[in-house]
Amino acid sequence: MDNILILSIIVIIYLVLIGYVGYVAWRRTKSADDYMVAGRETHPVIMALSYGATFISTAAIVGFGGTAGVYGMGLLWLTFLNIIVGIFIAFVLFGKRTRKIGHNIGALTFPEFLSRRFNSKFIQYFSGAVIFLGMPLYASVVLIGMARFVETTLGIDYSVALIAMALIVAVYVIFGGIRGVMYTDAVQGTIMFVGMVILLGAIYWILGGVVDANQALTNLVNVVPAKATAAATATGFTGWTSMPALGSPFWWTLVSTLILGVGIGVLSQPQLAVRFMTVKSNKELNRAVLVGGIFIFMMTGTAFIVGALSNVYFFDTLGKTAMQVVGGNADKIIPAFISAAMPVWFAYLFMITLISAAMSTLSAQVHVQGTALGRDIYETVSKTKGGSSILVARAGIAVAVLIAVILGFILPANIIAVGTAIWFSITAAAFLSMYAFALFWKRSTKAGVIAGLVTGTLISIFWLVFEYKKSAEALGICKALTGKAILVTTMPWPTVDSIVIALPIAFVVTVVVSLLTKPPAKEHLDKVFSGV
Amino acid sequence: MTSKDYTNNLRGGDTVVLGIDDPWIWGAYIGCILAMLLCVVYGALNWNKGGEDEEGQIKEEMEWHKKEKKMEEKELGIWDEEG
Repeated sequence: MDNILILSIIVIIYLVLIGYVGYVAWRRTKSADDYMVAGRETHPVIMALSYGATFISTAAIVGFGGTAGVYGMGLLWLTFLNIIVGIFIAFVLFGKRTRKIGHNIGALTFPEFLSRRFNSKFIQYFSGAVIFLGMPLYASVVLIGMARFVETTLGIDYSVALIAMALIVAVYVIFGGIRGVMYTDAVQGTIMFVGMVILLGAIYWILGGVVDANQALTNLVNVVPAKATAAATATGFTGWTSMPALGSPFWWTLVSTLILGVGIGVLSQPQLAVRFMTVKSNKELNRAVLVGGIFIFMMTGTAFIVGALSNVYFFDTLGKTAMQVVGGNADKIIPAFISAAMPVWFAYLFMITLISAAMSTLSAQVHVQGTALGRDIYETVSKTKGGSSILVARAGIAVAVLIAVILGFILPANIIAVGTAIWFSITAAAFLSMYAFALFWKRSTKAGVIAGLVTGTLISIFWLVFEYKKSAEALGICKALTGKAILVTTMPWPTVDSIVIALPIAFVVTVVVSLLTKPPAKEHLDKVFSGV
Repeated sequence: MTSKDYTNNLRGGDTVVLGIDDPWIWGAYIGCILAMLLCVVYGALNWNKGGEDEEGQIKEEMEWHKKEKKMEEKELGIWDEEG
């Protein structure tokens, strides 16, 4: 009963905090500027924590942390990219230009930014549609992950957990707008940071220090019975502190899907890019780099190190590898380690950490979807500018939450990691080359980027539906149409992520078509790049 | 027997850093720490930069604000009725 009491107190404090900052945000939101880009005057620490907490979802901590239990510390390359690409390049190179150009052209959403940069309404509603149709999958896997965790930890019914979580997020996003999203993100980000710092300290303390623990993991591959890792070894696994055999299926999954797909794809995430437009000068972005760098290091670094080292802990205590302990479901490695190795109060704190991670990502997702439907699709297509854009965006958010909940009931099991990867692949293929050229290449033309946008999107979707084994099998469309699970079974193609195929093609198409078409008007470019 | 009982089964000649013998892995481990330090140093060195021209910045912002208000009025037509 004492445990229940501790748990109830923790949960109530958490909900009161979230409720309070959501209320403050609601009081401060008056205009469309406020609702969509927080009046462009967000504090750098709030901006950085919000960016980080949105970036890191439950999938990153539990899903990818568990994956590190299988793939080992090679996954730390993803942490490296997350910091260098996701924070440093994103803020210093992309962020500063996005902020300034966003001001110059008065953009309030990511699709609107691209559309006004290239003077094309088509870009706005096509991008808006990609976001509104693609993101529900990503949003619902985040929601599913959270509800599953609450279900197993608290013994609350899955449906109840799913609906309750969705309702809480819906209320503060609909009323608070992006201020509500960012203020609650900052609270949630702080909780996540504390939880992960304790976890990293604890695992190295339990295993006798950094060098001893890593050494034990290095040695482990020679100690565990060969049959425990036989399946993995057959596909290229060489140990938890060594890279898989070059070119093996194990290597392709690690490098193309996990490291490149998520590591590079982060640059063109609409819910993250919009945050650059919420600060008033480069000073805030400079300061946010410091906070963001430490935050991401502690999040993904801890998750991957703990996932990998859990093998040592489980082998020393139970004589099994992490995958053997959880019966082959990598998603359970992190929760299993925490319940086995950590005190009860930490398990509860960690649950709040995960709920925070999920809610902060989910809130940004539904906010972006709502503004995509309201501002980018409805207003652009209907051309009726009379209605309040906040009202339409609020309706859009309600629809987005509803779709996420419905998908939460109908999506199959084991969808969390795949759903995340699909979303990152599609957005990178669709938006990354256009976004990069929008910021850095004045010669890129409207026709060029539209060609790149459409090719990237279509190739990416085609690859995910017909060739990439994990998604094609989960979706089942290829099987229904052709009778085969995937089109080409020759290795390594079924394990090559769509980002490796679609992104370079979109890039080349954009460049070629741009060079073949008339350069954009100097007048327009002067306005867009004024002061950049 | 636990994993710690084995200390001498590394391949000979490898440099071991932080208990890891594959340079691709300890490289990533050290790389993460260096990447974080890069962010910290960059943020600290530029802590007050990008906002030096306070006066110009404020003026520019006011103009932005006016422009944005106008743009919004023109596009949404929602502020007309409300004043």
